[in-house]
Amino acid sequence: MSGSHRRAIPWLALWAVAVYALLFAPILVIVLFSFNAPQGRFNLLWQGFTLANWLHPLAVPELVQAFVSSLRLALAAAALATVLGGGMALALARRRRRGDGWIELLLVLPLTSPEIVLGTALLSLFVQANVPMGFGTLLLSHSLFCLSYAALTLQARLSGFDWSLEEAAEDLGASPLQTFLRVTLPRLAPGLLAALLLSFSLSFDDYVVTLFTGGATLTFPLYIAGSFQREIPPQIHVLSTLVLALSLALLALSLRRGPGAPGAQEAPENPPPLR
Amino acid sequence: MSGSRRSWGPEVSWLLLAPGLAWLLGLFVLPLLGLLPLSLAEPLGRFSLRFRFTGRIDNYSEVLQHYGPLLLRSLLVAGLATALALLISYPLACFIAFRGGRWRPLLTGLVVIPFFTASLVRMIGWTTLLADRGPLLGLLRGLGLVLPLEVLGLLQDGRLLNTTPAVVGGLAYNAVPFLVLPLVVTLQRVGVSLLEAAADLQAGPWITLRRVIWPLSKPGLAAGLTLSLVPTVGDVINPQMLGGPNDRLIGNALQNLVLVQRQLPRSAALTVVLMALLALLVLFGLRGGSRDDLPLP
Repeated sequence: MSGSHRRAIPWLALWAVAVYALLFAPILVIVLFSFNAPQGRFNLLWQGFTLANWLHPLAVPELVQAFVSSLRLALAAAALATVLGGGMALALARRRRRGDGWIELLLVLPLTSPEIVLGTALLSLFVQANVPMGFGTLLLSHSLFCLSYAALTLQARLSGFDWSLEEAAEDLGASPLQTFLRVTLPRLAPGLLAALLLSFSLSFDDYVVTLFTGGATLTFPLYIAGSFQREIPPQIHVLSTLVLALSLALLALSLRRGPGAPGAQEAPENPPPLR
Repeated sequence: MSGSRRSWGPEVSWLLLAPGLAWLLGLFVLPLLGLLPLSLAEPLGRFSLRFRFTGRIDNYSEVLQHYGPLLLRSLLVAGLATALALLISYPLACFIAFRGGRWRPLLTGLVVIPFFTASLVRMIGWTTLLADRGPLLGLLRGLGLVLPLEVLGLLQDGRLLNTTPAVVGGLAYNAVPFLVLPLVVTLQRVGVSLLEAAADLQAGPWITLRRVIWPLSKPGLAAGLTLSLVPTVGDVINPQMLGGPNDRLIGNALQNLVLVQRQLPRSAALTVVLMALLALLVLFGLRGGSRDDLPLP
């Protein structure tokens, strides 16, 4: 290997460190400022260390309410999207039929339209259909934009899935349902967890579609958007830090390779055949 | 092979597909297509969400006249932000793909982790960092960099917050994972051995980058650019939270048109124009990507 090639390495590594620092900067600020004792209503300037916010994380009732409604919505939407998307991914993986291309296209399309477009379209639909907007419409719209991510995540895990275990189970006399519950589902668990986690964070994060289709529902992002005018209590930072810690734990769990999920994370070491 | 399918007929697979398809057709295709007739309708009164269909094509000319300049500005800002994001992401993707080794999954995961925090929470983080009395501006003052940066246009009136560069930076930040993940997947396929071959043939780093890495990374590049440009063009949060009153983009205008002015037909017309522009960009500007390069966990 020539020396010039080697010399490029420290620069690349330095660049990587700088980018990671940039990516984590706003997050670290949030974690740090959960320990701040702000003067006044806005927790934006460092004043001094305190544990008070962590001892009273639920001190702001409106914030707690918004946080809980976001949690409920994200859990419901993620579960719904994972069930719907999981069904699609399974069906597409087990039948390899010509003409399924349009289904895959339909799955990818929502990824190519900005949230503001989706919000406008769904609002117009709900207005025209005379559907009162609230938790129900939010569940519909959130499960929709999570659906593609859930299905494609599972589809990626299912490509290269070895179905011979299922065949063995059926040869041994298991019914299709038994096979699914006892063989397929456990092997799919890490992928399902990844899909759930991704959907949950997409839904929990959403601002625009919620603003358009939620009626008067106040979610966590909507509360924060309004907080810049009213007050930014440090409890926002505490709750966000908690969510981050929880997602990190779950992410670690879903990255753990499930048994029989070949190369779940380690993408093509042996590349797929070119088309 | 056919053994497994014998017990699982087409009925079962359609049963599994049907609910998801119903969701996609009823909540995505239908409302999006519904925007077309809606864009030709007329509201029944000021601030009324009701309307009737009159085939009013003028909605389009009015929208183009009103929002044409803002549409162009939004594309320009989005292009700038995506270019900045690419500049940030490409070397990082090279590092992960070629130097990551067994740490590759962890290094890739680290890129995504900040995005598990809600984007509006991150806005609080940015506001804290960029504030007038915040740490970043204090650092720049200490280093005597305020004046030079002001001359370069990166600071406006001695401020970092509520400026156009802050909006571009915020948008670029959001685009980084969309670019890094597909790039890592494609660059991994290039493989370190090809780089060593280039080095053995006396190619310097620049030639290797230009003649080997860059051309081979194009599928991932196309996928990444598509995925990052789409949310960037329609973004609402960054201009609202990090920009000044003159930094509003097309997303903010559309939000105002729908939620404040409550003009559904004109909003629909503007949405159709925006989607058409994006479709053109995706189809003609960025083709060559494949679905295998989508960054999915």
